[in-house]
Amino acid sequence: MTQLPLIAVALPIVVACILLIVGRYVPRVVDVIAISAAAGVVGICAALLAQTGQNRAVTWVGNWRPIHGHSVGIVFVADPIGTGLALLAAVLITIALIYSWRYFDSVEAHFHALMLLFLTGMVGFCLTGDLFDMFVFFELMGAVAYALTGQKVEEPQSLEGALNFGVVNSAGAYLSLMGIGLLYGATGQLGLAQIGTALSGRSPSALIVAAFVLVLTAMLVKAAVVPFHFWLADAHAVAPSPVCVILSGVMVELGLYGAARIYWVVFAPVLPGSDVRRAFLTLGVLTAILGSIMCFSQRHIKRMLAYSTIAHVGLFFVGVAVLTSDGIAGSAIYVLGHAGVKSALFLLAGVLLNRYGSVDEYELHGRPNSGERWRAGPLFLFGAAGLAGMPPFGTGLGKAVLEDAVNTAGYPWIIAIFVITSAMTGAAAFRVGLRVYFGLGPHSEPPAEEETTGQDEQRETQRLERTPATMTGAVVVLLGVGLLSGCWPGLNAAVSRAAILFVGRSGYVGQALHGAAREPVVASSSVGWTAIGVGLGFLSLVLAVCLALLTLKVLRLPALAARTGGPIREVMAPLHALHSGHIGDYITWLLVGVVGLAALVGIPLV
Amino acid sequence: MSRTTRQIVFLVAAAGLGVLLVLAFRGLPGFGTTTHPYRDLAVAAALAHRAPNVISSVNFDQRAIDTLGEETILLGSVIGAAALLRPTREMRRASPPGGGHVLPATRLVGYFMLPLTLLVGTDVVVHGHLTPGGGFQGGVVLATGLHLQYVTADFEGLRRLRPLSWCEAAEASGATAFAAIGLAGIVVSGAFLANVVPLGHFGDLLSAGTVPLLNIAVGIEVACGVVVLLASYFRQALLLGPAETEKESSR
Amino acid sequence: MSIYAFIVAGWLVLAGLAGVVRSRDLVHVVVCLSIAQAGTYVLLLGIGYQHGGTAPIFGPTTPTSAAVVDPVVQAMTLTDIVVSATITALLLAIVIQISKRHDTVDPDQLRALRG
Repeated sequence: MTQLPLIAVALPIVVACILLIVGRYVPRVVDVIAISAAAGVVGICAALLAQTGQNRAVTWVGNWRPIHGHSVGIVFVADPIGTGLALLAAVLITIALIYSWRYFDSVEAHFHALMLLFLTGMVGFCLTGDLFDMFVFFELMGAVAYALTGQKVEEPQSLEGALNFGVVNSAGAYLSLMGIGLLYGATGQLGLAQIGTALSGRSPSALIVAAFVLVLTAMLVKAAVVPFHFWLADAHAVAPSPVCVILSGVMVELGLYGAARIYWVVFAPVLPGSDVRRAFLTLGVLTAILGSIMCFSQRHIKRMLAYSTIAHVGLFFVGVAVLTSDGIAGSAIYVLGHAGVKSALFLLAGVLLNRYGSVDEYELHGRPNSGERWRAGPLFLFGAAGLAGMPPFGTGLGKAVLEDAVNTAGYPWIIAIFVITSAMTGAAAFRVGLRVYFGLGPHSEPPAEEETTGQDEQRETQRLERTPATMTGAVVVLLGVGLLSGCWPGLNAAVSRAAILFVGRSGYVGQALHGAAREPVVASSSVGWTAIGVGLGFLSLVLAVCLALLTLKVLRLPALAARTGGPIREVMAPLHALHSGHIGDYITWLLVGVVGLAALVGIPLV
Repeated sequence: MSRTTRQIVFLVAAAGLGVLLVLAFRGLPGFGTTTHPYRDLAVAAALAHRAPNVISSVNFDQRAIDTLGEETILLGSVIGAAALLRPTREMRRASPPGGGHVLPATRLVGYFMLPLTLLVGTDVVVHGHLTPGGGFQGGVVLATGLHLQYVTADFEGLRRLRPLSWCEAAEASGATAFAAIGLAGIVVSGAFLANVVPLGHFGDLLSAGTVPLLNIAVGIEVACGVVVLLASYFRQALLLGPAETEKESSR
Repeated sequence: MSIYAFIVAGWLVLAGLAGVVRSRDLVHVVVCLSIAQAGTYVLLLGIGYQHGGTAPIFGPTTPTSAAVVDPVVQAMTLTDIVVSATITALLLAIVIQISKRHDTVDPDQLRALRG
């Protein structure tokens, strides 16, 4: 049994502790040690990924092997999708640490230790096959994320953002714990494979529906699916940029991974797929629409990017919701491309904050000087194109695969949602890039009553006179990842095989509990670029650019269309008021979401 | 949402959730049932590894990686709280409040109870595999026992008793020791967190393999971690925040 | 009624969340969150209980053949208590800093992040 998953979990803990002990005496070396440790985990995850290429790597911790399918121990099942996510987490942490080289004050190495512990939580979450262990690593990710989000303690808003983040995610986790308790009471098991085996053959009852909804609550809160999404914009608005990279690039997607994994291994044999598909699709489409509308109407750049993450999470969730392996493959590629593009945009926003002291779109209107304009401006616009799903970005490929998957599953109208969402989020990013770097568009508007502007943000580092090479280099690498994930030869075939392994429940259970041998993975056809997919990708790009130019008043429309401005603002005001920043509101919506999901899944079963 | 709207929406949603929960509870095996399959396996495994305290065996032997995650959460939260409560540029250090008047009887009780509590805490940690208790419980007893010095004497006495940099280093060492014992398991027997130390006799102090060692590592980590956590709170309570400094200067 | 213990657990969770929704003080919010967590402890321990079972710690008074309650839920509850306590500490640290910066801990008056 390979021990690599466990070494990947233990190594960051050991290095974080070493940093805490010696960090105050050797402050200059702290960066190097942390980056080396993160790079080490990248290497371990890559080696593990090579091992799992055709198969899953099963490890029973402490050698508590199963006897006749029963064991007291905890199992780690590393399959290609899980290991790939762990690898993505490690890569993003390494790049975030490189970005913050020497510019972030880390008192006694606390920032670096917290980032390494964050890595432990994410890697453990991806690789474990035990439900309670998933909960423990989930809480680890959460605790460290709350602390990292609130790092800028001198700024009052960052503490509010961290508190909203902490309370909502903790409430979701506690509700999940109730679900885990219900499952344990019903089956007497805690491992995913064991619970799935115990549940198969039963008929869906209130207990199983309740357990499903409660266990998935924490995952959906983490994934910021509507109506559990309110914390994400607050947290991203205030967290330091390297932390935003991790939050948006991989942590949110891990929530979706958890939901999908738990559904496929534990609940697929007992809950009817059509009900679950309907429930997930409803939530996914709602998330995509709300996210893109809110994204387009933000003036705070980091909040805009946060809402675009929510919109894209809606699209990823739709990919999971169709409950086929093509949907999982499309979502996986889309996640990879999105991680690269979104992280690059967040880092560029961070550079703007550190050089000019603001992340407000109107306040930064045309401020960058010509050197910065022609260095960072094209990068920002390139990222915006990636967000809109232009081929050959990974986002475009993922979108193409998912559009094909929803069409095959019998929901062709959702293709319109994909195009509209990518167009709107891309348009928002284009608008910001053109207005900030190239000075297009009308000048400042007074902020509306219910809006957060980006004018009061504080710098994260000392005031920067030039953008350091580490920061620009990190952005370029990330954009490269976003681009190459769409055109790297063989990647889409590998992801297709990985997705087939992901949804292969009997293989998972067989390998975990009975030591079954590797199963041959037969892919009838692999996902890839289609002519329609390419066409729709360029359509989204064109729509995004046109929408951005319209809002910037570079393109003029006939007067009829121009009069829609007022009514649009009237519709938007209550939506903005709903996102009030008040913790009581957020918890109320959390409960509404739980009950809503239970109704969507449970009522058709009555 | 306005306050009333929020409460109404919440009540409706909570009622829905309550109904769902009651229906779910009716599907559970009744309270006090005798079928607990995981328990039977766990008790058998604990006895096979000579650990009379089955809970400690489950926590530190059978599901040890959960405990590794849990103590990492403790480490992360303590570091996080220390980072959040760090003194910033605007805060000025005030001299710690002089101890108020403490009755000699209270001081005497402190002198007696402090070593006694520390001893009890150490006992709870070290005997974690034999009696109720373990690293976490004993660590908390140790940490709060140390703060008897604050309750019965004054803050300066507490500061002298717990050198903070040593506590921070010891906390990190405890966490490392846990992971290191796990990695040693790989070296010795090829499996992370395998129970590789000789198992001894049932009921002895040195028995149950790695369970007492992991208990001690966790005990050190928790004790020092809680001390560091409380120290962060004390430091923040003694420093003046910006709002208060304005009030001070206008007096 | 054999589900009475579980109903107590459900009530604690809902009461805790109700406290968070109605609260006017952030310290109260954090403490209500702990109460919600306490409901999950009651649920777990209730699931693990057996009539006539004793504590799962063998020794001079409990022979190894005696019936014991479920140790796994107790181990889970122990893990959860530690997790909850540390996250409560972290959230309270945030609340302390908020009170220093904003001079208030009333959620109704903390309106910096909205829209």
